[in-house]
Formats: sequence, structure tokens, C-alpha cells
Amino acid sequence: MNGHHAMPAGDRPGIGPPLWLLAELTYRCPLQCPYCSNPLDFAQTEQELTTEEWVRVLRQGREMGAAQLGFSGGEPLVRPDLPELIAEARQLGYYTNLITSGLGLTEAKVKAFRDAGLDHIQVSFQASDPELNNAVAGSRKAFDQKLAMARAVKEAGYPMVLNFVIHRHNIHQMGDIISLCERLGADYVELATCQYYGWAFQNREGLMPSKAQLQTAEAEVNAYRERLAESGSAMKLIFVTPDYYEERPKACMNGWGSLFLTVAPDGAALPCHSARLLPIEFPNVRESSLHSIWYDSPGFNHYRGDSWMPEPCRSCDEKDKDFGGCRCQAYLLTGNADNADPVCSKSPHHDRILAARKAADHATAGLEELTYRNANNSRLFFRG
Amino acid sequence: MTLAMEQTPRLRPGFRFQWEPAQNAHVLLYPEGMVRLNDSAGAVLKEVDGQRTVADIVETLEQQFPEAGSLAEDVGDFLKDAEQQHWILFT
Ligand code: SF4
Ligand code: SF4
Repeated sequence: MNGHHAMPAGDRPGIGPPLWLLAELTYRCPLQCPYCSNPLDFAQTEQELTTEEWVRVLRQGREMGAAQLGFSGGEPLVRPDLPELIAEARQLGYYTNLITSGLGLTEAKVKAFRDAGLDHIQVSFQASDPELNNAVAGSRKAFDQKLAMARAVKEAGYPMVLNFVIHRHNIHQMGDIISLCERLGADYVELATCQYYGWAFQNREGLMPSKAQLQTAEAEVNAYRERLAESGSAMKLIFVTPDYYEERPKACMNGWGSLFLTVAPDGAALPCHSARLLPIEFPNVRESSLHSIWYDSPGFNHYRGDSWMPEPCRSCDEKDKDFGGCRCQAYLLTGNADNADPVCSKSPHHDRILAARKAADHATAGLEELTYRNANNSRLFFRG
Repeated sequence: MTLAMEQTPRLRPGFRFQWEPAQNAHVLLYPEGMVRLNDSAGAVLKEVDGQRTVADIVETLEQQFPEAGSLAEDVGDFLKDAEQQHWILFT
């Protein structure tokens, strides 16, 4: 028996329903990660959606078929209505994921969320030791708090999902990171190399690992995987390598407007969480229903299908596989979001990727030289 | 590794099985993931409740689908596969 089916059809021919809904509840966050994917000018964001507005979004999404729901941010825990939103989401039938830095979490909250019906809490770490972790997070107490909360999550009966954002300053710790996760009893470990959007793009030179670093890390992860398999461990390692070292782009978001729908703190509806940086007008849940946003808005239809593609994608036989890659990456690296993702070796802009690889071989910037994600720096970007 | 009929399967912590009208299918939901199940996979997992043994499940399904004949092998294969995918555990 094979458990899988083809994807379902939605309300419009060729457009499936948004099966994944990401609710970015707020851009507020106590940490200052220099790789944060939030917009550079987050400090200028208009009023956050109210509880009632979020409830309406959740209901509309569920009616359209969304089944996976992520609560993220910023730090979603700063919203006092989080338990209420969790309860509503669970009652609607969503599988609810909370993506948190662990700061502001308490054992009592972990249990209360469980009672409200939360399915999973993902705690993100910056490194495997307190010094480096706290330096990256821009906070002194972060590491111990994260450890305590990871344990509380497991105790309350959730699966333990730990996320480490990997970059040139912690990639040498791969073995330590995985063994820390094993000691904690993690079920899933995401080793996610930075994707260069938002603050991470700004700090790319100081974050991107060199090819040699990456190869060592990959070997370490593979060796660990074998050991885990031998010992019969169910801990799953998910290693997301940087696409800057690939010759073909990733099939970003599984295609524009095909599965994912993000709602930003101010109600902007986006086909992916970094699409806000594109020069495209996106609809807002305060003004339209999720249904008309998903199926009918110009923003969501902008890059559906392939008639928008210029060469080399237009006549490429791989366009159904990767959809020309990531629109945000094309925009950030070439200034035109229609272009092929420069990760592709067929792209006339592939030299920008090669230049970034070369820079990573020689980078010397220390952690202290990165631009940390905080409101002061954000205002600078807005003015600049 | 053969599957003993008196073993009891249950979903792994963090996994949820449910019917999704929009996909016209049963799905298995887990941290940041979802598998859309075909009819037979859905029919078996529907009976996995952490209470009943493999033998109980086979019996229930054989009653539900009398025309299918003996299901012990198919159900056993599927459950073994599901265990390898870390969807279910046995007690
Ligand atoms: S990446 Fe860091 S700064 Fe950005 S929202 Fe997450 S915890 Fe906060
Ligand atoms: S040319 Fe475009 S469609 Fe072809 S592989 Fe490269 S990015 Fe993908």
C-alpha cells in the first residue's frame, strides 16, 4: 500500500486550496537575531490585527481547506490572546504549531496551551553552548531558558521539535548541537542554514558558511544519521543547506500561491513570509476575504502558472520542477523579481551567487559586526 | 521483522489522523507536515486507537470489506511501513 495521493483541486481550475496558513501574530520580539526573516522596516508596521480579526482569518482559512496552522512572529508569546487563538484554531480542526524562541514561555503556559489544544511547540536555538547562543540572540539569559522550556515541552506530552539556525559562526558545532538534542530527547531537529532574506540578506557576508565549512558539516550530519539509525533512534534530522551552493534553485513554497498563505501582523496576506519585500501590492485581510485574496487577488495570481517567465526559464524543460526558483531571491539579487533565481547556473546573473561563495571563503567579520534585528536598526533602514 | 497479531499500534505523540473534506481524504498531520492518505491507508489508520491489537483491526476491516478476503498480510505490511515512517508505535 502506498499512502500518498495527488494534490486536490480547489475552487478554481488549476488552483488548489491553501493547505498551510502561517499566522505571524506580531513583529515584536525580545531577541535580536541578525538572520531574522522579518522585514527590515518591521518597526514601521501598522496596528496588529485584533483577536476578532485573527479569529475571522482562522475560520475563513479552515473553510477553504487549510489544515496546518503556524503561529509565529516575531515572538508570538507576546500576544496575550495566544491561548484564545490556540483554542479557536484547535476547535476548528487545525493542526496547530507554535514557533517560538522560548523567551516568555513558562511551564504553566506550556501546560495551558496543551489544554487549549496546541499540537506542537518548536523551540529555536542559536547555538549549542550558552556563550555563542546568547551572543547571537543578543540576550544574556536566553540559553538556559530555552533548555528549560525544551524539557517542559516534552514533559507536557508534545513532540519535541528543536530548530537551530545555522551560519558560519556555529556550523562547526554541528556534532555538539545534535548530541545536545539527543540528550534532550528531541523527536525532530531542524538544522536550518540561513536563507538570505530580511536581516539575513543584510548580514549575508557575515553569516554565509564557506563551502569547506558546509562539507564538513554535511559529513558530520551524515555520520550522526547513521549512528542514530543503528541505535534505532527515531530522532529525525532535517538539514537545510543553503541554496547558494546549489546549481538549481529550490521549488520555492512549492510554487507561488499553491499551498502557503502567510498573514502578517498588520493583516497583509502574502504567498510567503518574505514576499513583502517585492514591489507587488498584496491584499489585506482587513479589506478582503481570504477566499478572494487567494483565488482572485492580483498579488496572489502574479506568479501563478508560467506565462510570466522570461528566458531562460520560459523555454526551460525544468520549469515545472522549480518554477524558476524564488521570486524574492531574484529580486534581491537582480533587481527584477521576474528573473530566474540566480542560484540557477543557467541564469545570466549566476555570477552574483559565485561572488557570494567566493566572499564566504574569505570572510573575516566577527559576530559583533553584524547588524542586529532591533527597533533602532529597523528605523535606520526605514529612513535609509 | 514480523508483526505479531497481538501487538497494539498507536499513533506517535504529535500525530493526528483526521478527515479533510477539502482534500476528500483522510490525512495524517504532524509537526509542520501532512500526508494525504489513500483510501486503504485511511481505512487502516482509522482503526488505530492504541486500544485494539493488529488482530482486532484485521477482523474489523475484514467485516467492513468482506469482498476483499483475508487482509492480514496487507494490513500487516502497511502497519510495518507506517512504523518505519515513524507514524505509529507498537506496545
Ligand atoms: S529570528 Fe530571532 S529576532 Fe527574529 S523573530 Fe525569531 S527570535 Fe525574534
Ligand atoms: S532556467 Fe529557470 S526553470 Fe530552468 S532550471 Fe533554471 S531557474 Fe529553473
